[in-house]
Amino acid sequence: MTIDQATVRKIASLARIAISDAEAAAMEGELNGILGWVEQLGEVDVTGVEPMTAVIPNALRLRDDMVDADPLTGGGVRDAVLANAPAAQHGFFGVPKVIE
Amino acid sequence: MSRIIMVELTDLTVAQIRDGHRNGDFTAVEVAAAFSANVAAASALNAFIVETPEHALAAAERADADRAAGALKPLSGVPIGMKDLFATKGVQTTAASHMLEGFVPQYESTVSQKLWDAGAGMLGKLNLDQFAMGSSNETSYFGNVISPWRRSDGSNAALAPGGSSGGSSSAIAARLCPAATGTDTGGSIRQPAAFTGISGIKPTYGRCSRWGIVAFASSLDQAGPMARDVRDCAIMLEAMAGFDLKDATSLDLPVPQWEAALSSDLVGKRVGIPREYRLDGIDDDIAAMWDAGIAMLKDAGAEVVDISLPHTKYALPAYYIIAPAEASSNLARYDGVRYGLRDLPDGAGLQDMYAATRAAGFGAEVKRRILIGTYVLSAGFYDAYYTQAQKVRALIARDFDAAWANCDLILAPTAPSAAFALGEKMADPLAMYLNDVFAVPASLAGLPAMSVPGALSRDGLPLGLQIIGRAFDEQGVLNAGLAIEERAGFTARAERWW
Repeated sequence: MTIDQATVRKIASLARIAISDAEAAAMEGELNGILGWVEQLGEVDVTGVEPMTAVIPNALRLRDDMVDADPLTGGGVRDAVLANAPAAQHGFFGVPKVIE
Repeated sequence: MSRIIMVELTDLTVAQIRDGHRNGDFTAVEVAAAFSANVAAASALNAFIVETPEHALAAAERADADRAAGALKPLSGVPIGMKDLFATKGVQTTAASHMLEGFVPQYESTVSQKLWDAGAGMLGKLNLDQFAMGSSNETSYFGNVISPWRRSDGSNAALAPGGSSGGSSSAIAARLCPAATGTDTGGSIRQPAAFTGISGIKPTYGRCSRWGIVAFASSLDQAGPMARDVRDCAIMLEAMAGFDLKDATSLDLPVPQWEAALSSDLVGKRVGIPREYRLDGIDDDIAAMWDAGIAMLKDAGAEVVDISLPHTKYALPAYYIIAPAEASSNLARYDGVRYGLRDLPDGAGLQDMYAATRAAGFGAEVKRRILIGTYVLSAGFYDAYYTQAQKVRALIARDFDAAWANCDLILAPTAPSAAFALGEKMADPLAMYLNDVFAVPASLAGLPAMSVPGALSRDGLPLGLQIIGRAFDEQGVLNAGLAIEERAGFTARAERWW
């Protein structure tokens, strides 16, 4: 299976990465090289094999249903959350207008 | 203290610093000053993105006070380097990307916090491949890291320190720090350790908390130490490991006393030699080192057995589906809204801002992997690529499970060659990926694996031997590493040119 430049541009759009025509052209060759190489996985007989979901058996835990059980990841740290925002305003994340 | 003695302090291992500080042979402040001076004088290696001598000094002052008070901690007086993938409160954390340039975490990663709690100080944040994606440290936004090593043929070619933990490996080999943190997703601790003649261990997946480590591929990412010898790796790993509620995949197990239990007596141990790792056209130096390693383990009392890991050749292609898939998902968070870079062209809407920000903030290799990951996860291709790769991953793990019926440890080379020159493999992503051919299977199976120096190549460059163990058997891996270390007699070091 090979991908063309239109597909590269579609993937880039899905990934929200702006690319120029020149980059799409370069990526086409590189991605096809990598995808062509990984295609050898198709020759492996995986009949009856479950896809791996956890590499080390480990039951997922539930934490206690408590507000601010861990103060660091609980609430009340608005300014720390906003400290690295490129455009924090009035205690919120600022973004360009999204409603016409 | 005279300058000559200060220079010698930087030749000490973690254990020697810890013990010498405890005995009062020198102060922690003297040690921190000596390493900070080496860091400041080594800008030609570009191993550090940020230098933090004040952090190291403050920890050293506390260590000297703790000694006076009789309250020493496991790493009191030991300054280390911190890979710039670990969030450090108040100190810029970039993952070597433009995207996170200027990002100052408001919190501390679990692993770095554990190291500070153990008494260690930080000399600085170490350079790496951007978002830990690379095998040569050539994808950093902050420039290539240069290995302190040079070929013995007199050429001055700048060599790769390996990747992605290339700042860590270069800094340790150049005596800028006695130990450092690394992270290993598909070989990023072991391959750079091999390239620079040092040791490094990736523990069992889940031993070290991933909380506060910039995520690359979450089912593979695992932190571990890099240092000059096996004992130092054990000391560091004890400080770094441990259960953490904040990481859903953290192992709820006690941390063994790996250092105290170190033993190079391998009587009763069976060491498997996987025949599939003996690739056609294997480098002569690598093959000779591997054979020598087999002899060393036999000499230490181990029985050596031939084993088969039949799906080995599929590990790398499976990895290059799974890791990019997880990366494309993890890196979706860089949106120009909450932290990091924002690129807002005139008149742009929100979607345009996302696309422009991510175009400007990610380097070429990161974009390549996000695009591959997006493609293999997209509707219509998910089963053919991603599900198939996860099934193959299950088979690779099953290969190891079957092998453990016949052996306790596995010995293999760490990398297929010695360090290559910077630029040599950048034009061909696939050639670069192949450098991790021996490292990736243990990553996919979540197993502990370490690299120790094995020999010098014909060009006078370090080569690494890799030991892979059963899940949770870091002790077995460290012990076999120690047995090799004691017999390989690897004392070579890079001649100072920087």
